[in-house]
Amino acid sequence: MDDSSSRSRLRPEANSKPREISVTLNINGEQRTLAVAPWTTLLDALRDRLGLTGAKKGCDHGQCGACTVLIEGRRVNSCLTLAIMKDGVHITTIEGLAANGALHPLQQAFIDHDAFQCGYCTPGQICSAVGLIAEAKAKTADEIRELMSGNICRCGAYPNIVAAIEQAMAAMGSKL
Amino acid sequence: MINFDYVRARDVADAIREISAEPAAKFIAGGTNLIDLMKYDVERPMRLIDITHLPLNNVEETGNGGLRIGALVPNSDLAYHPLIEKRYPLLSSAILAGASQQLRHMASTGGNLMQRTRCFYFYDVATPCNKRAPGSGCSAINGINRINAILGTSEACIATHPSDMCVALAALEAKVHVAGPAGERAIAFSDFHRLPGDTPQIDTNLKANEIIAAIELPAQGFAANYSYLKIRDRLSYAFALVSVAAALELEGDRIKDARLALGGVAHKPWRNPEAEAALRGQPADSNAYAKAAEILLRGAKGFAHNTFKIDLARRAIFRTLAQAANGTPQIQSSKKIR
Repeated sequence: MDDSSSRSRLRPEANSKPREISVTLNINGEQRTLAVAPWTTLLDALRDRLGLTGAKKGCDHGQCGACTVLIEGRRVNSCLTLAIMKDGVHITTIEGLAANGALHPLQQAFIDHDAFQCGYCTPGQICSAVGLIAEAKAKTADEIRELMSGNICRCGAYPNIVAAIEQAMAAMGSKL
Repeated sequence: MINFDYVRARDVADAIREISAEPAAKFIAGGTNLIDLMKYDVERPMRLIDITHLPLNNVEETGNGGLRIGALVPNSDLAYHPLIEKRYPLLSSAILAGASQQLRHMASTGGNLMQRTRCFYFYDVATPCNKRAPGSGCSAINGINRINAILGTSEACIATHPSDMCVALAALEAKVHVAGPAGERAIAFSDFHRLPGDTPQIDTNLKANEIIAAIELPAQGFAANYSYLKIRDRLSYAFALVSVAAALELEGDRIKDARLALGGVAHKPWRNPEAEAALRGQPADSNAYAKAAEILLRGAKGFAHNTFKIDLARRAIFRTLAQAANGTPQIQSSKKIR
């Protein structure tokens, strides 16, 4: 709980270099070790420290989904995740989806269906859809829409996004 | 974001020691609400105690027909757990009505109970708010209060509790098992969250040095006749204006047992045993639903922008009870209200 003492007391490291803690993240199959301050989000670590700028900082509050990445195969908002809490985990970002120079079926489907306009939300949409297909809970267009509602597209490409996901789901069907 | 210290708790006893040692510390599990609030400078913990490595991640049979859900079970795992889907579909449905799949993967069972209000003024540190800064006043009472409470309000606060899951847990009469320096104790779900009164800064009856260990569900799951109906401004990924959890046990066309709880209307999931008593023994028909709605909404009071919630709640209660009685629960992926 907030109280007066937490407002008036000197915050940790307020007058000195932040106490950075070493974390090792397995990102897109590669071990990356870096020292982070406790308040570094996974999104900031990816974008500012590791040069992986595919995940986007849209709202920075878990409301838009542009920062979506996969942790141990499950989609999460990296803006609300502290890097320090993810020591040793496997993370997949949009940069890690293509394999051997071939696009992931969802990347290809987004191109085939013109499932974006400005493209800002697209890395989050695609990572979220990878998670959606792995979860295998969506069978109908209604269910895709409901389970993709955490990813906002301000250009309004939603009908094409649903069509792209349906195509990839069919293409990846044997893996479900 | 503000800066803070970080420590990883090794076990439950360690977590309790850590929280006892630093009054301005907070536990972090999923972080979906806490980190958001820290970015807005609403929550300002000096230290975060990471509890994600504690062994509180199981769903277990209790031995008396119920289930014990560890506090760290993610919301999505709980919603899709085979025993929850089969025996407590009301809980599964309510969880899937809330947030997004990303957030449900992150958010923990215990953290869902500890969510803070989404009142605009609680979030806006430039405005007075008795919940955020006790004694500063309530900006919502005479402000934009469309999303605020109509039941159980006080002159100090008209905030609502934002959870969907908790509305189902209230209807199911869950118990909250909490651990503290003196051991474990159980809190009835209806006693866990508080009304604002003149201390709206205190959301729950969890003590400062306690941690939620588990949620216990009793044997009665109302799996045949239930519905969770959530009314909101957009079709998905929005907080409830009004939500209703209804659970019935029918004997022929008569109601043998009933549970009814509202979300989006008060500082806690709103129940009234009298409304449920009025349903018992009655035929499952519109007279009974209307009577229950009237009792449950007794004393409802609107403010400048949310008086519509009283009528909306009345109709939603009626509709949700009919869905439950007919065995046609609201499907969360289809937005058609039957």
